[in-house]
Amino acid sequence: MTSELEQAPARTPLYARHIALGGRMVEFAGYALPVNYSKGVLAEHLFARAKAGLFDVSHMGQAFLSGREAARKLESLVPGDLLALEPGRIRYSQFTNEQGGILDDLMITRLAPGATGERLFLVVNAACKTADFAHLRARLPDLRLEILEDRALLALQGPSAAAVLERYLPGVSALGFMSQGAFVWRGFELFVSRSGYTGEDGFEISLPADAARPFADALLLEEDVEPVGLGARDSLRLEAGLCLYGHDIDTTTSPIEAGLAWSISKRRREEGGFPGAARIKKELAGGLTRMRVGLLLEGRAPAREGAEIANAEGVVIGRVTSGGFAPSLGRPIAMGYLPPAYALEGTLVNLIVRGKPLPARVVATPFVPNRYYRPAKA
Amino acid sequence: MSETLFTKDHEYIVVDGDAGLVGITEFAQGQLGDVVFVELPEIGVARKKGEQTAVVESVKAASEVYAPVAGEIIAVNDELADNPALVNEDPHGKGWFFKIRIADAGELSGLLDKAAYDALIGSLA
Repeated sequence: MTSELEQAPARTPLYARHIALGGRMVEFAGYALPVNYSKGVLAEHLFARAKAGLFDVSHMGQAFLSGREAARKLESLVPGDLLALEPGRIRYSQFTNEQGGILDDLMITRLAPGATGERLFLVVNAACKTADFAHLRARLPDLRLEILEDRALLALQGPSAAAVLERYLPGVSALGFMSQGAFVWRGFELFVSRSGYTGEDGFEISLPADAARPFADALLLEEDVEPVGLGARDSLRLEAGLCLYGHDIDTTTSPIEAGLAWSISKRRREEGGFPGAARIKKELAGGLTRMRVGLLLEGRAPAREGAEIANAEGVVIGRVTSGGFAPSLGRPIAMGYLPPAYALEGTLVNLIVRGKPLPARVVATPFVPNRYYRPAKA
Repeated sequence: MSETLFTKDHEYIVVDGDAGLVGITEFAQGQLGDVVFVELPEIGVARKKGEQTAVVESVKAASEVYAPVAGEIIAVNDELADNPALVNEDPHGKGWFFKIRIADAGELSGLLDKAAYDALIGSLA
Protein backbone atom coordinates (compact mmCIF):
# COMPACT_ATOMS: atom_id res chain seq x y z
CA MET A 1 0.00 0.00 0.00
CA THR A 2 1.36 3.39 -0.96
CA SER A 3 0.06 6.47 0.78
CA GLU A 4 0.31 10.01 -0.50
CA LEU A 5 2.64 10.78 2.36
CA GLU A 6 5.14 8.22 1.12
CA GLN A 7 5.05 9.69 -2.36
CA ALA A 8 5.67 13.27 -1.28
CA PRO A 9 9.26 14.29 -1.91
CA ALA A 10 11.54 14.04 1.10
CA ARG A 11 12.91 17.23 2.63
CA THR A 12 16.50 17.88 3.56
CA PRO A 13 17.33 19.67 6.84
CA LEU A 14 17.69 22.88 4.77
CA TYR A 15 14.21 22.74 3.17
CA ALA A 16 12.85 25.79 5.01
CA ARG A 17 16.03 27.70 4.25
CA HIS A 18 15.68 26.97 0.51
CA ILE A 19 12.15 28.38 0.58
CA ALA A 20 13.24 31.46 2.54
CA LEU A 21 16.02 32.09 0.01
CA GLY A 22 13.55 32.09 -2.88
CA GLY A 23 14.45 28.61 -4.10
CA ARG A 24 12.42 27.32 -7.06
CA MET A 25 11.73 23.85 -5.70
CA VAL A 26 11.61 20.75 -7.86
CA GLU A 27 11.61 17.04 -7.13
CA PHE A 28 14.99 15.45 -7.71
CA ALA A 29 15.73 11.81 -6.84
CA GLY A 30 12.77 11.82 -4.45
CA TYR A 31 13.80 15.03 -2.67
CA ALA A 32 12.45 18.58 -2.82
CA LEU A 33 15.45 20.67 -3.84
CA PRO A 34 15.98 24.11 -5.39
CA VAL A 35 16.80 24.22 -9.11
CA ASN A 36 17.83 27.83 -8.52
CA TYR A 37 17.36 30.73 -6.12
CA SER A 38 16.22 34.26 -6.91
CA LYS A 39 19.34 35.31 -8.86
CA GLY A 40 19.03 32.44 -11.33
CA VAL A 41 21.25 29.71 -12.74
CA LEU A 42 23.66 31.94 -14.70
CA ALA A 43 24.47 34.23 -11.78
CA GLU A 44 24.81 31.30 -9.37
CA HIS A 45 27.13 29.44 -11.74
CA LEU A 46 29.39 32.45 -12.26
CA PHE A 47 29.43 33.24 -8.54
CA ALA A 48 30.66 29.72 -7.74
CA ARG A 49 33.47 30.14 -10.29
CA ALA A 50 34.37 33.59 -8.94
CA LYS A 51 33.86 33.24 -5.14
CA ALA A 52 32.14 30.30 -3.45
CA GLY A 53 28.79 28.57 -3.89
CA LEU A 54 27.01 26.66 -1.13
CA PHE A 55 25.14 23.55 -2.31
CA ASP A 56 22.76 21.33 -0.35
CA VAL A 57 23.60 17.78 -1.41
CA SER A 58 21.98 16.13 1.61
CA HIS A 59 19.97 13.89 -0.73
CA MET A 60 23.11 11.88 -1.46
CA GLY A 61 23.65 8.65 0.44
CA GLN A 62 26.25 8.51 3.20
CA ALA A 63 27.38 5.37 5.02
CA PHE A 64 30.17 3.81 7.02
CA LEU A 65 31.35 0.38 5.91
CA SER A 66 33.53 -1.37 8.47
CA GLY A 67 34.97 -4.70 9.46
CA ARG A 68 37.97 -6.94 8.94
CA GLU A 69 39.62 -6.21 5.59
CA ALA A 70 36.79 -3.90 4.57
CA ALA A 71 38.93 -2.27 1.85
CA ARG A 72 39.91 -5.57 0.26
CA LYS A 73 36.32 -6.82 0.41
CA LEU A 74 34.90 -3.66 -1.16
CA GLU A 75 37.40 -4.10 -3.99
CA SER A 76 35.27 -7.09 -5.05
CA LEU A 77 32.53 -4.64 -6.07
CA VAL A 78 34.48 -1.67 -7.46
CA PRO A 79 37.53 -1.36 -9.77
CA GLY A 80 39.13 1.37 -7.62
CA ASP A 81 42.34 0.61 -5.73
CA LEU A 82 41.40 0.65 -2.06
CA LEU A 83 44.33 -1.34 -0.66
CA ALA A 84 46.63 1.52 -1.67
CA LEU A 85 44.28 4.10 -0.15
CA GLU A 86 45.73 5.62 3.02
CA PRO A 87 43.64 6.78 5.97
CA GLY A 88 42.28 10.26 5.30
CA ARG A 89 42.43 9.83 1.53
CA ILE A 90 39.49 9.64 -0.90
CA ARG A 91 39.05 7.52 -4.02
CA TYR A 92 36.50 8.01 -6.81
CA SER A 93 35.21 4.65 -8.10
CA GLN A 94 32.18 2.85 -9.50
CA PHE A 95 30.02 -0.11 -8.55
CA THR A 96 30.16 -2.27 -11.70
CA ASN A 97 27.85 -5.06 -12.82
CA GLU A 98 28.86 -8.44 -14.26
CA GLN A 99 28.74 -6.95 -17.77
CA GLY A 100 31.17 -4.16 -16.79
CA GLY A 101 28.43 -1.51 -16.78
CA ILE A 102 28.17 1.08 -14.03
CA LEU A 103 25.57 0.62 -11.27
CA ASP A 104 26.58 3.89 -9.61
CA ASP A 105 29.65 6.04 -9.08
CA LEU A 106 30.81 6.92 -5.59
CA MET A 107 33.42 8.47 -3.33
CA ILE A 108 35.22 6.17 -0.90
CA THR A 109 37.22 7.58 2.01
CA ARG A 110 39.43 5.41 4.18
CA LEU A 111 39.13 6.41 7.82
CA ALA A 112 41.45 5.46 10.67
CA PRO A 113 40.87 1.83 11.68
CA GLY A 114 38.51 1.23 14.60
CA ALA A 115 38.08 -1.53 17.17
CA THR A 116 36.09 -3.60 14.64
CA GLY A 117 38.61 -3.31 11.83
CA GLU A 118 38.97 -1.08 8.79
CA ARG A 119 36.50 1.77 8.30
CA LEU A 120 35.40 3.33 5.03
CA PHE A 121 33.10 6.33 4.46
CA LEU A 122 31.00 6.13 1.30
CA VAL A 123 29.05 8.83 -0.54
CA VAL A 124 26.73 7.58 -3.30
CA ASN A 125 24.14 9.10 -5.64
CA ALA A 126 20.68 9.80 -4.22
CA ALA A 127 18.81 8.01 -7.01
CA CYS A 128 20.90 4.85 -6.52
CA LYS A 129 21.40 4.81 -2.77
CA THR A 130 18.71 2.28 -1.86
CA ALA A 131 19.99 -0.15 -4.49
CA ASP A 132 23.64 0.52 -3.59
CA PHE A 133 23.11 -0.20 0.08
CA ALA A 134 21.12 -3.37 -0.70
CA HIS A 135 23.94 -4.44 -3.04
CA LEU A 136 26.54 -3.90 -0.30
CA ARG A 137 24.50 -5.83 2.27
CA ALA A 138 23.90 -8.74 -0.12
CA ARG A 139 27.44 -8.98 -1.43
CA LEU A 140 29.43 -8.11 1.69
CA PRO A 141 27.33 -9.65 4.47
CA ASP A 142 30.18 -9.89 6.96
CA LEU A 143 30.88 -6.15 6.88
CA ARG A 144 28.88 -3.67 8.93
CA LEU A 145 27.02 -1.07 6.88
CA GLU A 146 25.86 1.94 8.88
CA ILE A 147 23.65 4.24 6.78
CA LEU A 148 23.93 7.82 8.01
CA GLU A 149 20.36 9.04 7.54
CA ASP A 150 20.72 11.71 10.21
CA ARG A 151 23.59 13.50 8.52
CA ALA A 152 23.31 16.32 6.01
CA LEU A 153 25.85 17.03 3.25
CA LEU A 154 26.85 20.50 2.11
CA ALA A 155 29.30 21.45 -0.62
CA LEU A 156 31.21 24.71 -0.59
CA GLN A 157 32.83 25.18 -3.98
CA GLY A 158 34.87 27.94 -5.53
CA PRO A 159 38.14 29.84 -5.21
CA SER A 160 37.08 31.51 -1.94
CA ALA A 161 35.92 28.26 -0.31
CA ALA A 162 39.16 27.48 1.56
CA ALA A 163 39.60 30.98 3.02
CA VAL A 164 35.97 31.09 4.17
CA LEU A 165 35.88 27.61 5.66
CA GLU A 166 39.19 28.15 7.47
CA ARG A 167 37.47 30.82 9.60
CA TYR A 168 35.06 28.21 10.98
CA LEU A 169 37.25 25.10 10.90
CA PRO A 170 40.85 26.11 11.58
CA GLY A 171 43.27 23.87 9.73
CA VAL A 172 40.80 22.82 7.04
CA SER A 173 42.63 24.70 4.29
CA ALA A 174 45.66 22.44 4.74
CA LEU A 175 43.73 19.45 3.39
CA GLY A 176 44.84 18.49 -0.12
CA PHE A 177 42.49 17.54 -2.97
CA MET A 178 40.82 14.18 -2.28
CA SER A 179 41.76 14.24 1.42
CA GLN A 180 39.43 14.16 4.38
CA GLY A 181 39.56 15.22 8.01
CA ALA A 182 37.28 15.39 11.06
CA PHE A 183 36.56 18.81 12.57
CA VAL A 184 34.40 20.09 15.40
CA TRP A 185 32.07 23.09 15.08
CA ARG A 186 29.99 24.16 18.09
CA GLY A 187 30.31 20.65 19.48
CA PHE A 188 29.15 18.94 16.28
CA GLU A 189 31.43 16.48 14.47
CA LEU A 190 32.01 17.36 10.81
CA PHE A 191 33.70 15.15 8.21
CA VAL A 192 35.23 17.48 5.68
CA SER A 193 36.48 16.29 2.27
CA ARG A 194 38.49 18.46 -0.11
CA SER A 195 36.46 17.38 -3.11
CA GLY A 196 33.41 18.29 -5.10
CA TYR A 197 31.81 18.12 -8.50
CA THR A 198 32.29 21.56 -10.00
CA GLY A 199 35.94 21.51 -11.12
CA GLU A 200 36.68 24.18 -8.52
CA ASP A 201 38.66 23.90 -5.33
CA GLY A 202 36.20 23.20 -2.56
CA PHE A 203 34.85 20.99 0.16
CA GLU A 204 32.08 18.55 0.91
CA ILE A 205 30.98 18.73 4.53
CA SER A 206 29.12 15.87 6.19
CA LEU A 207 27.45 17.08 9.39
CA PRO A 208 24.64 16.15 11.78
CA ALA A 209 21.22 17.23 10.50
CA ASP A 210 20.79 19.54 13.52
CA ALA A 211 23.99 21.37 12.63
CA ALA A 212 23.18 21.83 8.94
CA ARG A 213 20.97 24.89 9.25
CA PRO A 214 23.11 26.94 11.67
CA PHE A 215 26.26 26.03 9.76
CA ALA A 216 24.71 26.93 6.38
CA ASP A 217 23.37 30.18 7.87
CA ALA A 218 26.81 31.11 9.15
CA LEU A 219 28.40 30.47 5.75
CA LEU A 220 25.63 32.36 3.91
CA LEU A 221 26.34 35.47 5.99
CA GLU A 222 29.77 35.54 4.38
CA GLU A 223 30.09 38.05 1.56
CA ASP A 224 31.92 35.50 -0.58
CA VAL A 225 29.26 32.79 -0.25
CA GLU A 226 25.92 32.49 -2.06
CA PRO A 227 23.55 29.54 -2.33
CA VAL A 228 23.60 27.55 -5.58
CA GLY A 229 20.84 25.24 -6.82
CA LEU A 230 20.72 22.09 -8.93
CA GLY A 231 20.67 24.01 -12.22
CA ALA A 232 24.10 25.55 -11.74
CA ARG A 233 25.38 22.38 -10.08
CA ASP A 234 24.67 20.65 -13.40
CA SER A 235 26.22 23.35 -15.61
CA LEU A 236 29.31 23.51 -13.38
CA ARG A 237 29.88 19.74 -13.52
CA LEU A 238 29.28 19.71 -17.28
CA GLU A 239 31.92 22.42 -17.82
CA ALA A 240 34.24 20.37 -15.60
CA GLY A 241 33.67 17.38 -17.92
CA LEU A 242 32.37 15.23 -15.06
CA CYS A 243 29.89 12.39 -15.61
CA LEU A 244 26.36 12.53 -14.25
CA TYR A 245 25.02 9.10 -13.31
CA GLY A 246 21.91 8.11 -15.26
CA HIS A 247 22.94 10.39 -18.11
CA ASP A 248 26.62 10.11 -19.10
CA ILE A 249 27.11 6.79 -17.34
CA ASP A 250 24.68 3.97 -16.61
CA THR A 251 24.42 0.18 -16.52
CA THR A 252 25.32 -0.06 -20.23
CA THR A 253 28.44 2.15 -20.20
CA SER A 254 31.72 0.83 -18.87
CA PRO A 255 34.21 2.98 -16.93
CA ILE A 256 36.61 2.70 -19.88
CA GLU A 257 34.06 3.91 -22.44
CA ALA A 258 33.24 6.74 -20.06
CA GLY A 259 36.86 7.90 -19.94
CA LEU A 260 37.27 6.84 -16.31
CA ALA A 261 40.26 4.52 -16.84
CA TRP A 262 42.30 6.91 -14.68
CA SER A 263 40.27 5.70 -11.70
CA ILE A 264 41.53 2.10 -12.12
CA SER A 265 45.10 1.38 -10.99
CA LYS A 266 47.62 -0.82 -12.77
CA ARG A 267 47.25 -3.53 -10.09
CA ARG A 268 43.46 -3.62 -10.42
CA ARG A 269 43.64 -3.73 -14.23
CA GLU A 270 45.99 -6.71 -14.04
CA GLU A 271 44.36 -8.56 -11.16
CA GLY A 272 40.73 -7.88 -11.97
CA GLY A 273 38.57 -9.29 -9.20
CA PHE A 274 35.63 -6.93 -9.62
CA PRO A 275 32.38 -7.43 -11.56
CA GLY A 276 32.83 -7.04 -15.31
CA ALA A 277 36.65 -7.14 -15.15
CA ALA A 278 36.85 -9.14 -18.40
CA ARG A 279 35.14 -6.39 -20.42
CA ILE A 280 37.28 -3.71 -18.87
CA LYS A 281 40.46 -5.64 -19.61
CA LYS A 282 39.38 -6.13 -23.23
CA GLU A 283 38.50 -2.47 -23.66
CA LEU A 284 41.80 -1.35 -22.14
CA ALA A 285 43.58 -3.60 -24.67
CA GLY A 286 41.97 -1.65 -27.52
CA GLY A 287 38.57 -3.26 -27.80
CA LEU A 288 36.53 -0.10 -27.40
CA THR A 289 33.51 0.48 -29.63
CA ARG A 290 32.59 3.93 -28.30
CA MET A 291 34.08 6.63 -26.09
CA ARG A 292 32.75 9.60 -24.18
CA VAL A 293 33.80 12.87 -25.81
CA GLY A 294 33.44 16.57 -25.21
CA LEU A 295 31.60 18.57 -27.89
CA LEU A 296 31.95 22.29 -28.46
CA LEU A 297 29.11 23.69 -30.57
CA GLU A 298 29.93 26.30 -33.16
CA GLY A 299 26.67 28.24 -32.85
CA ARG A 300 24.56 29.48 -29.98
CA ALA A 301 21.77 26.90 -29.97
CA PRO A 302 22.27 24.25 -27.27
CA ALA A 303 21.98 20.52 -27.92
CA ARG A 304 20.58 18.55 -25.02
CA GLU A 305 20.56 14.97 -23.79
CA GLY A 306 19.24 12.59 -26.44
CA ALA A 307 20.25 14.63 -29.49
CA GLU A 308 21.71 12.44 -32.25
CA ILE A 309 25.29 12.95 -33.38
CA ALA A 310 25.81 12.59 -37.14
CA ASN A 311 28.94 12.50 -39.30
CA ALA A 312 29.49 14.68 -42.38
CA GLU A 313 27.52 12.18 -44.49
CA GLY A 314 24.53 12.48 -42.18
CA VAL A 315 24.90 9.00 -40.68
CA VAL A 316 23.99 8.85 -36.99
CA ILE A 317 27.13 7.77 -35.09
CA GLY A 318 26.24 8.57 -31.49
CA ARG A 319 24.08 10.43 -29.05
CA VAL A 320 24.42 13.37 -26.66
CA THR A 321 24.27 12.33 -23.00
CA SER A 322 24.55 15.81 -21.40
CA GLY A 323 24.33 19.19 -23.01
CA GLY A 324 23.50 22.78 -22.35
CA PHE A 325 24.76 26.30 -22.17
CA ALA A 326 28.16 26.79 -20.53
CA PRO A 327 27.91 30.08 -18.59
CA SER A 328 31.68 30.40 -18.12
CA LEU A 329 32.28 30.02 -21.87
CA GLY A 330 29.18 31.87 -23.07
CA ARG A 331 28.37 29.10 -25.53
CA PRO A 332 26.79 25.66 -25.61
CA ILE A 333 28.72 22.47 -24.87
CA ALA A 334 27.81 18.80 -24.70
CA MET A 335 29.13 15.34 -23.96
CA GLY A 336 28.23 12.16 -25.76
CA TYR A 337 29.50 8.83 -27.04
CA LEU A 338 31.20 8.30 -30.41
CA PRO A 339 33.06 5.42 -32.08
CA PRO A 340 36.85 5.77 -31.55
CA ALA A 341 37.36 6.79 -35.19
CA TYR A 342 35.34 9.95 -34.52
CA ALA A 343 36.59 10.58 -30.99
CA LEU A 344 39.78 12.39 -31.97
CA GLU A 345 40.06 16.01 -30.93
CA GLY A 346 39.11 18.35 -33.75
CA THR A 347 36.73 15.92 -35.47
CA LEU A 348 33.75 17.79 -36.92
CA VAL A 349 30.29 16.35 -36.36
CA ASN A 350 26.70 17.58 -36.39
CA LEU A 351 24.30 17.47 -33.46
CA ILE A 352 20.73 17.06 -34.67
CA VAL A 353 18.36 19.43 -32.87
CA ARG A 354 14.75 19.77 -34.03
CA GLY A 355 15.77 18.17 -37.32
CA LYS A 356 18.57 20.65 -37.98
CA PRO A 357 22.29 19.82 -37.94
CA LEU A 358 24.26 21.99 -35.50
CA PRO A 359 28.01 21.90 -36.24
CA ALA A 360 30.21 20.84 -33.33
CA ARG A 361 33.81 19.85 -32.75
CA VAL A 362 35.20 17.07 -30.56
CA VAL A 363 37.30 18.65 -27.80
CA ALA A 364 39.19 17.48 -24.72
CA THR A 365 37.51 17.81 -21.35
CA PRO A 366 37.33 19.58 -18.96
CA PHE A 367 35.85 22.43 -20.99
CA VAL A 368 36.91 24.82 -18.22
CA PRO A 369 40.27 24.05 -16.54
CA ASN A 370 39.85 22.59 -13.09
CA ARG A 371 41.38 24.28 -10.07
CA TYR A 372 41.77 21.50 -7.53
CA TYR A 373 44.09 22.21 -4.62
CA ARG A 374 47.19 20.04 -4.77
CA PRO A 375 49.77 21.25 -2.24
CA ALA A 376 53.41 20.82 -3.21
CA LYS A 377 54.96 17.82 -1.52
CA ALA A 378 57.21 18.77 1.38
CA MET B 1 -4.29 52.33 -30.78
CA SER B 2 -2.81 48.98 -29.84
CA GLU B 3 -4.24 46.31 -27.59
CA THR B 4 -2.35 43.53 -25.79
CA LEU B 5 -3.89 40.06 -25.59
CA PHE B 6 -2.56 36.83 -24.10
CA THR B 7 -2.64 33.04 -24.61
CA LYS B 8 -2.88 30.39 -21.93
CA ASP B 9 0.62 29.31 -23.02
CA HIS B 10 2.02 32.69 -21.92
CA GLU B 11 2.54 34.37 -25.27
CA TYR B 12 1.39 37.95 -25.68
CA ILE B 13 0.33 39.70 -28.89
CA VAL B 14 0.26 43.44 -29.25
CA VAL B 15 -2.38 44.03 -31.91
CA ASP B 16 -1.94 47.11 -34.08
CA GLY B 17 -4.25 47.14 -37.09
CA ASP B 18 -3.83 43.90 -39.01
CA ALA B 19 -0.41 43.12 -37.48
CA GLY B 20 0.55 41.67 -34.12
CA LEU B 21 3.86 41.74 -32.25
CA VAL B 22 4.39 38.44 -30.36
CA GLY B 23 6.61 37.56 -27.43
CA ILE B 24 6.49 35.70 -24.11
CA THR B 25 5.17 37.30 -20.95
CA GLU B 26 7.02 38.56 -17.90
CA PHE B 27 5.62 35.56 -16.01
CA ALA B 28 6.91 33.14 -18.67
CA GLN B 29 10.43 34.56 -18.70
CA GLY B 30 10.54 34.28 -14.91
CA GLN B 31 9.52 30.63 -15.11
CA LEU B 32 12.07 29.84 -17.83
CA GLY B 33 15.04 31.51 -16.20
CA ASP B 34 18.04 32.85 -18.10
CA VAL B 35 17.37 32.70 -21.85
CA VAL B 36 20.45 31.69 -23.85
CA PHE B 37 19.06 31.16 -27.35
CA VAL B 38 15.95 31.93 -29.38
CA GLU B 39 15.13 30.15 -32.64
CA LEU B 40 12.97 32.46 -34.75
CA PRO B 41 10.84 31.65 -37.80
CA GLU B 42 11.71 32.73 -41.31
CA ILE B 43 10.04 35.81 -42.70
CA GLY B 44 7.27 34.94 -45.13
CA VAL B 45 6.21 31.63 -43.59
CA ALA B 46 2.56 31.10 -42.68
CA ARG B 47 1.50 29.76 -39.32
CA LYS B 48 -1.80 28.42 -38.05
CA LYS B 49 -3.16 29.45 -34.67
CA GLY B 50 -1.38 27.37 -32.02
CA GLU B 51 1.33 26.15 -34.38
CA GLN B 52 4.94 26.10 -33.14
CA THR B 53 6.63 29.24 -34.42
CA ALA B 54 9.72 29.81 -32.28
CA VAL B 55 11.78 27.99 -29.65
CA VAL B 56 13.22 29.62 -26.56
CA GLU B 57 16.13 27.89 -24.84
CA SER B 58 16.88 28.75 -21.25
CA VAL B 59 19.75 27.39 -19.18
CA LYS B 60 17.28 24.78 -17.98
CA ALA B 61 15.27 23.63 -21.01
CA ALA B 62 13.87 24.28 -24.48
CA SER B 63 10.30 25.62 -24.73
CA GLU B 64 8.10 26.09 -27.76
CA VAL B 65 6.44 29.37 -28.63
CA TYR B 66 3.15 29.14 -30.54
CA ALA B 67 1.44 31.52 -32.91
CA PRO B 68 -1.43 33.17 -30.94
CA VAL B 69 -3.38 33.55 -34.21
CA ALA B 70 -2.94 32.41 -37.82
CA GLY B 71 -0.98 34.58 -40.19
CA GLU B 72 2.20 35.29 -42.10
CA ILE B 73 5.47 36.16 -40.34
CA ILE B 74 6.43 39.65 -41.52
CA ALA B 75 9.32 40.50 -39.16
CA VAL B 76 11.55 38.84 -36.54
CA ASN B 77 13.62 40.37 -33.76
CA ASP B 78 17.17 39.88 -35.05
CA GLU B 79 18.63 41.44 -31.90
CA LEU B 80 17.81 38.24 -30.00
CA ALA B 81 20.52 36.39 -31.93
CA ASP B 82 23.26 38.36 -30.20
CA ASN B 83 21.41 39.21 -27.04
CA PRO B 84 18.88 36.55 -26.05
CA ALA B 85 18.89 37.97 -22.49
CA LEU B 86 16.58 40.74 -23.81
CA VAL B 87 13.78 38.21 -23.31
CA ASN B 88 14.50 38.27 -19.57
CA GLU B 89 15.29 41.95 -19.29
CA ASP B 90 12.46 43.42 -21.32
CA PRO B 91 10.02 40.70 -22.42
CA HIS B 92 7.23 43.12 -23.35
CA GLY B 93 9.56 45.56 -25.10
CA LYS B 94 12.94 44.81 -26.70
CA GLY B 95 12.49 41.10 -26.07
CA TRP B 96 9.71 40.58 -28.65
CA PHE B 97 10.00 37.52 -30.95
CA PHE B 98 8.18 38.06 -34.23
CA LYS B 99 5.53 40.11 -36.01
CA ILE B 100 2.61 38.34 -37.66
CA ARG B 101 0.06 39.61 -40.22
CA ILE B 102 -3.21 38.53 -38.67
CA ALA B 103 -5.15 36.40 -41.17
CA ASP B 104 -8.44 36.37 -39.30
CA ALA B 105 -9.18 39.07 -36.73
CA GLY B 106 -12.00 36.86 -35.45
CA GLU B 107 -9.37 34.60 -33.80
CA LEU B 108 -8.45 37.43 -31.44
CA SER B 109 -11.70 36.96 -29.54
CA GLY B 110 -10.41 33.58 -28.35
CA LEU B 111 -7.48 35.20 -26.51
CA LEU B 112 -7.31 36.48 -22.94
CA ASP B 113 -7.38 40.15 -21.97
CA LYS B 114 -5.02 41.41 -19.27
CA ALA B 115 -7.47 40.83 -16.41
CA ALA B 116 -8.14 37.24 -17.51
CA TYR B 117 -4.41 36.55 -17.98
CA ASP B 118 -3.55 38.02 -14.58
CA ALA B 119 -6.20 35.77 -13.04
CA LEU B 120 -4.64 32.77 -14.81
CA ILE B 121 -1.12 33.42 -13.53
CA GLY B 122 -2.53 34.25 -10.11
CA SER B 123 -3.97 30.74 -10.00
CA LEU B 124 -0.56 29.27 -10.94
CA ALA B 125 1.45 31.15 -8.34
